[in-house]
Amino acid sequence: MTAAPPLPSRNATASSGPGRRSLARFRKNPVGVTAAAIVGLLFLVALVTGIGACFGVYFPYDPNATNLAQKLRAPDAAHWLGTDNLGRDVLSRLLNGSYISLTVGFIAVAVSLSIGVAVGAVSGYLGGWVDNVLMRIVDAILCFPTFFLILTAVALLGPSIINIIVIIGLVSWTGTARLVRAEFLTLRESEYVRAARTLGQRSPAIIFRHILPNAAAPIIVTAVIGIPDAILTEAGLSFLGFGVQPPQATWGNIISDGKTYFLDAWWLIVFPGLAIFVAALSFYLAGDALRQAAESRSERK
Amino acid sequence: MVTFIIRRLLISTVLLFLISVVSFFIITLTPGSPYPWGELNPKISPQVKEAFKKKFHLDRPLYEQYWLNMKGLFSGTLTSIKDDRPVLDRIGERLPATVRLNVLAIVISLTFGLLLGVYAARHAGTLPDLLTSILAFVFIALPGFWVSNLIVIGLVKFTDAPILGTQTYGTDFPNLVSLWLDQFWHLALPAMVLSIGGIAVQSRYIRASMLETLREDYIRTARAKGLGDDVIFYKHALRNSIRPLITGIGGLLPALIGGSVIIETIFAYPGLGRLGYEAVLERDYPTLVALNFIVAALVLLGNLISDLLYAVVDPRVRLE
Amino acid sequence: MSQHALLEIHNLSIRFRTGHGAVEAVKNVSFSLKEGSTLAIVGESGSGKSVTALSLTRLLPMPPAEFVGGDILFAGESVPAMAPDRLRAIRGGGIAYIFQEPSTSLNPVYTIRSQIAEAIRLHRPEVKDVDAEIVRCLNTVGIVNPEKRMHDYPHQLSGGMQQRAMIAMALSCKPRLLVADEPTTALDVTIQAQILAELRRLRRDLNMALILITHNIAIIGGLCDRIAVMFRGEIVEYGDTESVLRNPQHPYTKALIACVPKLGAKEKRMKTIDYSWLNSR
Repeated sequence: MTAAPPLPSRNATASSGPGRRSLARFRKNPVGVTAAAIVGLLFLVALVTGIGACFGVYFPYDPNATNLAQKLRAPDAAHWLGTDNLGRDVLSRLLNGSYISLTVGFIAVAVSLSIGVAVGAVSGYLGGWVDNVLMRIVDAILCFPTFFLILTAVALLGPSIINIIVIIGLVSWTGTARLVRAEFLTLRESEYVRAARTLGQRSPAIIFRHILPNAAAPIIVTAVIGIPDAILTEAGLSFLGFGVQPPQATWGNIISDGKTYFLDAWWLIVFPGLAIFVAALSFYLAGDALRQAAESRSERK
Repeated sequence: MVTFIIRRLLISTVLLFLISVVSFFIITLTPGSPYPWGELNPKISPQVKEAFKKKFHLDRPLYEQYWLNMKGLFSGTLTSIKDDRPVLDRIGERLPATVRLNVLAIVISLTFGLLLGVYAARHAGTLPDLLTSILAFVFIALPGFWVSNLIVIGLVKFTDAPILGTQTYGTDFPNLVSLWLDQFWHLALPAMVLSIGGIAVQSRYIRASMLETLREDYIRTARAKGLGDDVIFYKHALRNSIRPLITGIGGLLPALIGGSVIIETIFAYPGLGRLGYEAVLERDYPTLVALNFIVAALVLLGNLISDLLYAVVDPRVRLE
Repeated sequence: MSQHALLEIHNLSIRFRTGHGAVEAVKNVSFSLKEGSTLAIVGESGSGKSVTALSLTRLLPMPPAEFVGGDILFAGESVPAMAPDRLRAIRGGGIAYIFQEPSTSLNPVYTIRSQIAEAIRLHRPEVKDVDAEIVRCLNTVGIVNPEKRMHDYPHQLSGGMQQRAMIAMALSCKPRLLVADEPTTALDVTIQAQILAELRRLRRDLNMALILITHNIAIIGGLCDRIAVMFRGEIVEYGDTESVLRNPQHPYTKALIACVPKLGAKEKRMKTIDYSWLNSR
């Protein structure tokens, strides 16, 4: 649609940077804001329980304290979310598991992002056979069912937190790589990169000062959306018994432990699953709202 | 068109090779004992260990192992550590069930994804669109194992409906139709759970694709010709937006197979996902190598098919 | 004999709401067009000429764009006030368009035949043999072998042929007014000349009104009766082509004309538009 380009204004406003404009737009989105609030809350909870766990401070009960007399109690005043088969309070375990799940999510994404950005940048900027080879490798990796690959690797290397984080990161960088590469390919040919080159700037400088800031928005969005993916994967692994090992609680293994008793103790399945679901949903919605806010910037001409 | 196919086949062969290398090395380079029993288990005599090593070529250098493994794979002689049967047999048994499950899941994903995405695009910017978008994210955020568990619990607790496996155990079926119906019932539930994520993802793709198409110049031409909104949307825009759906099949397949590991386990459905889980538990390397390779190869095949379908839909590719 | 104006624009003003505030794209524009005559709207990018053209059948996306004031009368009917069905009948049947980029203005997944047939069935349902009519239209615009060509997809045609096909599609509805928005800008010079010649011929043979929008004042000679020069949303000069070109009043018009390179001229540097007159306003 041919819209008239805005007239050159005499007193061109030193307009707020694209970041600030996107943020303003994000704030107007009620879904995004609610989701972000929940994410913030989760963060807080995870932080607090994580720090608490370092000092042995738990709320409301010690998540590992077994009490067979209290086993498999339905939610009541003393145990808001019930107890599991060893008498452990579900709520405490849930809270305690939150920082594991979120930590795994975050660091795994950090790993995958680093690899993805590096590969994508090199591929997109250099082009040629380097690009070809790297993209073939990406294609090959994409052929593998991710979860199955992760499961295999974790099962064989041992399910420690580090292993899980690194393996998830190693398997999920492909999306970021493709995105970054696409950004680099288009931006490489854009006007201001050409201008920078004619002014004599060298390649690394061009990459960091001109291309990356523009690619930043989609990268951030991918990161935010990658976190719930990692959380869901970790939960799945825990459910199968290959996640973080008991007695350390994670959302996934509470369900896994409770599997055998599910007919009588529905709370062992419903609540942790709900936690995973709400966390993942909030991250996804927040990430999508961010994406919309960032995108509309580049659409307005 | 022919050059297109040839080019895709060449690339696919290279990819297949890469895949085989990756799947082999992942499994053999991991630390830990390759024997199904502990390294230091005193009950196993050194002779047994030696025989085992010889049989599974563990005493040869890695590249030879790779070659021997691949040879065994393709000639069907690769045997499982667990029960000494040819790996391909074990996989072959479960393949039909997996294929049925995944094909049904793909069909459900594409159909409902298309419907949902088109609906959202048609009403873009209004409340129905927002709700559909949130629904899509709800689908993606639902953990597969949670939903499966809830369904299984719910059905077991509140109804008498049998769900596990591919057909109801120990029942005599009076005729073929009732057998098929029973099998379909057992197939449908896991397929539906499996397809939840796919529906969401496809609907987002379609919605985005449609909105992008609506900004194209030829839509402006269609409007300038005096065509009504519905005609423009369903005739002109839709046909041009289907492409991501088709290329999306390629991405759908690995996701489905990965997701099926958990779902098959919960529904006790005897497919490849479950086989993989069991193999992992048993450290059955030959099976794992073969499984990873075959699954990735199937995915590659799926990609190839979707590329060909792409050529069918887009005349620009077809007539090159 | 009263010649009713086919198209009358009275004080048209259009505004766009953008993230940076409102932009006045068209300010108080007035002109008129008689049946069968031609008007050229000349101006640089951002002058508002395309916006004006698209507004004639409300083709502008109305959320960002708004009618601020004025009226558009087509054969006496007010376009802004038209009911949707009437508007759709006018689109194509009364006013037809051809656009700048023929390669993207045709739907890539349908044949030429199918796209033209669609238009004919919509605006001229009385036509029995649609295929014959399509062949006739393609012939009119100078496409050779139309019986075969009509089964082609747009990407199989060259740029010039695509534009001809677009013209054929526009003409197939038998419009009273054809709006050509930069029809030759995307084509190379030799094809440009052909298309312009085609337009000249069609206008003569069909007695169809034509609005030609361009930034290139050099192409309108011999084709347009009147000319409107637009700058920043306003019409700065309006009149008969001959008198305007020979005796331009407004400094912008003078600058535009001066920029046209003349064959055989001895200047070493090409002229650019001199905006110094802006300072004196």
